Amino acid sequence: MAHGFLKFIRSTLLGLATLATVAQAGESIVLASTTSTEQSGLFNFILPIFEKDSGIAVKVVALGTGQALDVGRRGDADVLLVHDRAAEDKFVAEGHGMGRRDVMYNDFVLVGPAADAAGVKGAKDTVDAFGRIASKGATWVSRGDRSGTHAAELRLWQSAGVEPKGQGWYKEAGAGMGPTLNMAAGMGAYTLTDRGTWASFRNRQDLAILFAGDPRLYNPYGVILVNPARHPHVKRAAGERFIDWITSPAGRRAIAAYRIGNEQLFYPLPR
Amino acid sequence: MFPLSVRELRWAAGGRQVLDGLSLELGGEGITILLGPNGAGKSVFLRMLCGLLEADGGGIDWGGGPRPAQGVAMVFQQPKMLRDSLLANVELALRPLGVAAAERRGRARSVLERVGLGQREADSARGLSGGERQRLALARAWVTRPRLLLLDEPTASLDPGSVEAIERIVREIRTEGTRILMSTHNLGQATRLADDVVFIDAGRVCEHAPVQRFFARPASQAARLYIQGELPWRMAF
Amino acid sequence: MSGLGMAFSDAFALLAGLDRRVAEIVLLSVQVSGLAVLFGTVLGLPLGACLGVGRFPGRQLLVVVLNACMGLPSVVVGVVVYLALSRSGPLGEFGLLYSPAAMVIAQTLLVVPLMAAIARQVVEDAWREYAEELTVMGFGWGGSVRVLLHDCRHSLVVAVLAGLGRAMSEVGAVMIVGGNIDRATRTMTTAIALETSKGDLPLAVALGLVLLAVILLLNGIAYALRQWAMRRYA
Repeated sequence: MAHGFLKFIRSTLLGLATLATVAQAGESIVLASTTSTEQSGLFNFILPIFEKDSGIAVKVVALGTGQALDVGRRGDADVLLVHDRAAEDKFVAEGHGMGRRDVMYNDFVLVGPAADAAGVKGAKDTVDAFGRIASKGATWVSRGDRSGTHAAELRLWQSAGVEPKGQGWYKEAGAGMGPTLNMAAGMGAYTLTDRGTWASFRNRQDLAILFAGDPRLYNPYGVILVNPARHPHVKRAAGERFIDWITSPAGRRAIAAYRIGNEQLFYPLPR
Repeated sequence: MFPLSVRELRWAAGGRQVLDGLSLELGGEGITILLGPNGAGKSVFLRMLCGLLEADGGGIDWGGGPRPAQGVAMVFQQPKMLRDSLLANVELALRPLGVAAAERRGRARSVLERVGLGQREADSARGLSGGERQRLALARAWVTRPRLLLLDEPTASLDPGSVEAIERIVREIRTEGTRILMSTHNLGQATRLADDVVFIDAGRVCEHAPVQRFFARPASQAARLYIQGELPWRMAF
Repeated sequence: MSGLGMAFSDAFALLAGLDRRVAEIVLLSVQVSGLAVLFGTVLGLPLGACLGVGRFPGRQLLVVVLNACMGLPSVVVGVVVYLALSRSGPLGEFGLLYSPAAMVIAQTLLVVPLMAAIARQVVEDAWREYAEELTVMGFGWGGSVRVLLHDCRHSLVVAVLAGLGRAMSEVGAVMIVGGNIDRATRTMTTAIALETSKGDLPLAVALGLVLLAVILLLNGIAYALRQWAMRRYA
């Protein structure tokens, strides 16, 4: 009887799976990327261009970089587009991905309350800015979610010689860039954000960009194909087609053409 | 099913011995009225006959075999009707018998006619008066063409007009050959309907006699007192 | 204009203009939750009815567990279904993750215990009323369950509406197993979550008002149907 029940479950799932695949006309790939990239609006701009050209629909699942890499490890996505070079290299070295290529970069900016009690505006460089925040004990909201932004933030604390974890002024949101900015706006706190999310963020309240432009704040993105040897169902041909396109002159043009207001957010690589 | 041979039935509940060695022989014809004070065990006995209760001791022999799966119908003192039409409620009784839908409807319709509710077959069963509900309950039992029909004080809370209607229907069911066993407090009803009377007191059968003889010359002291209206109630609280 | 005021006017604009993307999202929400409630009705109501009628050892424990499952956190169900449907999981071969089918599965798991628990209570009360009559007529458990489900149909509508409310308002499960993919698995609730996290609060509230309007409409239809039906058989 248990065997019959399992057979029933199996056939129902098979039926649902068939329905799911029949419902979508044409080919598609699952792209695991980051919330900051999606919320910047970049995908809504460049993906229709690719889809028109290739007939392949790109389904974007937006998570933190850490989560996106986990999704890749489980084989639940075909292609990854993330921004944490160290984690990306580790991912490929472990055999979960192959063919990592540079795609684009944008930059991080340090935002905070316009009153700027920590005096970040006058800092010499990023390390100095972080140091000023720490010594003033000004409230800081961190992503705290193993995202690319979070990883970059931790590297900067390290180079400033500060251990922020456990300090009273250091708040870990454990959330995406949007909710983190919401928190910072609500608390009048400092935080590190990518320019793309900031540009399309609508709840700024008192926050403003206080520091930017330092090469340390440079944020490169990489694209990786999930390893078909590990996960045979990965759509290799379609995935490679996407990777080829986004690193091609046509893809680079699309990325560079995306603007909010008149501001270009992402710069294709190599320069 | 017949002769129905009841031997020394015993049943206790809540520390009280309700049936205390009840024995009875019933043939396959006519109307038998069960008389007795409250708490004597009439309802329990009827519930045992229709399969709702199991005896603690003694047994029932159904014409030499076990209790039949079909053929026994019961009308309760407060019958429960579904939230549906009169017709649907009567049809309900035919479903466990495996009767096809069209035949169910036909039989239900004709039975409703015979109890005088044919015009109202589509009305809601929950909107009936007491007398009408009792007629509907009778129709629901009758439609299954039972061999044995049990009734538990069916006219206890009805007006005289409804009582008369119910009695007329019961007589009609008898003429079709159904064996009827009915409990009542109404001595007049007993004289009008009964072929024979079973008098139950304190969980046992005191007397079982043809109706004329029972009322003219009751054999037991308890029956005499009951007929005179002087037997104290034995309800346990 | 205050944030809330903007939200109301945005909501009317969305509804009046029948914004195409909003329409897609609303349609997906109704489809996913509707299917889940359909499965919930087919699986949960008979399950609850059987528990209401049946008497067997361990029944009381089952009733307690079922009632507790009404409070299952949606995000927990989401994580469990995600791990089950993931390519690395036991049911990965079907590739159902990040599809509306996965969302239906997760919501069905949320909705079935709720509907079963309500059905159990309703049917158990009715069984107390009808048990003697149905037994004497010769109905077994299965037959009695069918009779009672039909008799309690008006009260069971409440179970269906409760399930629909739970399904349409939850965000934890569909977010995790659906991935909130634009034009594929984005429902009203995940869209609201997204707009909130982008800081576009007026739009989030506006979508919320649209969602409320849809739920109100569905409940209104159910009420009208019930009134019509009750006028036939009280």
